[in-house]
Amino acid sequence: METVVFIVSALIVLAGGLGVVSSRNPVHAALSLIATLFGIAVLFLNLGAQLLAVVQVIVYTGAIVVLILFVMMLLGVDSEEDLETEPLVGQRLLAGLIGLLFLGAVLAIIILGKDAIVTGSQSVTGAISPTISNISQIGTALFTTYVFALEVTAGLLTIAVVGAVVLSRRPDDLAPIPEPESMINMGDEPLTAIPEEGAH
Amino acid sequence: MLSGDPLLSGQIDLAVVLIVLLKVVAVFAFLLVATMLMIWFERKVVSDFQNRVGPNTAGPFGILQTLADGIKFFFKEDLIPDRAERRVCILAPLLTVVPAFLLFTIVPFGGDFSNGHDGSVELFGHTTYLQLADPAIGILFALAMSSIAVYGVMLAGWSSGSKYPLLGSVRASAQMVSYEAALGLSVCAVVLTTGTLSTHGIVMAQAGSGWGGFIPHWNLIATGFVPFVVFLLASQAELNRPPFDLVEAEQELVGSYHTEYSSIRFALFFVAEFMNSVTMAAIIVTLFLGGPAGPALLGPGWLWGIIWFLLKMTAFLFLFVWVRSTLPRVRYDQLMDLGWKVLIPLSLGWLLLLATFWVARDQQWNGFVTVALGAVVGLTGYGLLKGAIATSKARRLEGVVD
Repeated sequence: METVVFIVSALIVLAGGLGVVSSRNPVHAALSLIATLFGIAVLFLNLGAQLLAVVQVIVYTGAIVVLILFVMMLLGVDSEEDLETEPLVGQRLLAGLIGLLFLGAVLAIIILGKDAIVTGSQSVTGAISPTISNISQIGTALFTTYVFALEVTAGLLTIAVVGAVVLSRRPDDLAPIPEPESMINMGDEPLTAIPEEGAH
Repeated sequence: MLSGDPLLSGQIDLAVVLIVLLKVVAVFAFLLVATMLMIWFERKVVSDFQNRVGPNTAGPFGILQTLADGIKFFFKEDLIPDRAERRVCILAPLLTVVPAFLLFTIVPFGGDFSNGHDGSVELFGHTTYLQLADPAIGILFALAMSSIAVYGVMLAGWSSGSKYPLLGSVRASAQMVSYEAALGLSVCAVVLTTGTLSTHGIVMAQAGSGWGGFIPHWNLIATGFVPFVVFLLASQAELNRPPFDLVEAEQELVGSYHTEYSSIRFALFFVAEFMNSVTMAAIIVTLFLGGPAGPALLGPGWLWGIIWFLLKMTAFLFLFVWVRSTLPRVRYDQLMDLGWKVLIPLSLGWLLLLATFWVARDQQWNGFVTVALGAVVGLTGYGLLKGAIATSKARRLEGVVD
């Protein structure tokens, strides 16, 4: 049963990943990313990491990809984007090479490792104790062993929020940005013609 | 692993699989029928509020009106605009309906909670809960589904390839994303009080004879009303229901993200909206009013679970319709102000206050000092927030920040 779930969700993850890199339309790429993230959430569930699965959906699918889509819609990035020119020269070639290298490394481990790669040990994400639920274990660990790291992260996030607010504020002494020359005095006709006297 | 349901803890044989399938079909059918009746109920009640008759032709009291409309939608021509992004355009209505269905799977809709029973019922010789799934992550699943529901709205507007739907969908998704925070924080208060995420556990914590034998042990009282009010307001915004239905604001946006949709695809949006109303009422009942928990007056206890659940849910659905037909629509800036400057700080502050009280009880701190300190900290926070809002308003009026 677990193998079937693994194969199906792995296929979804891979298809989504391929979709992300191969879609010409950025919105399609974002949709493929959602499929990938969902597949990963199912994989987490399959490993018994329920909290991770649901956090994956809430944080990544529900918030981050929504933000990505938001930016794309507001900035109007659409299919007219030129995909032929590479921002970095030789980027695609390098990406392909590194991808092949990585694939080779994984295949080499599988082929050379033979039986040793299946360790049969408990998965890292699985529940440690069958009786205490994942969530209470994570909660206990966060607020006892790792409480300092938790507080530091909270502080970091607060600093990030304050920083974003400060950055988005305009300084008091800044003169308003003038209208660009091309926008004013083009000598155009007004968009709507002024009705003549008695035209009604 | 996936469920706290006693049905799945033992040997899983064919009978267990069949029971689960039966529950799936039952929940699906219940949700569809409830949605159909909700549409009729809303039209009828709004008509009563406005001194009209409302639907009265199809079936007794016009109860089959929704069915007739649905059949009509099926036979309408399906139009997809020329400039639309075809594939996404077809996908979007489905993305709104599926989360609406999935949300209901974790709602306990019945079960025997009377006289200290644990809410399980006998079904074909197996003990089970009357809910489709009882995962340990429980209520987080509901939050996940409601965060996914944004996609349908967002993609529908974008893929229509026209301006008003895009504006409508950007507005709608901004609204839904902002109110999700307040929704989540008020759920946190419930989870803090009951100490479990599982919906069955939350209902169990509220069952029993209650304080003094007659005041029910509901989270509504146990969390101190504020999270309930916040959740109720935020859920209305999350559902895009009046008075927060800016998304549909016909005067400005023509009809929002579903402007370009017709026939069955429009019907899917429509159904999803009402289905979400039903589900949200069910979730409010589960979180704050004890779900199916209640005394069994006469007859079998499992029947009373369903009766209490339906009664409480109908009361909330009536409240939704009542609010809709009474209140005018808020402005967009008022909506955002309410979400960010009132509901989120309020629910956050209340959550901290609740946590303080729980710790104080555990550590046996001086009750009076705790309350006084809590009040001082709360008032200071409120003052700071007021100050910040006033400053930003003053700066805006001076024209410093645009």
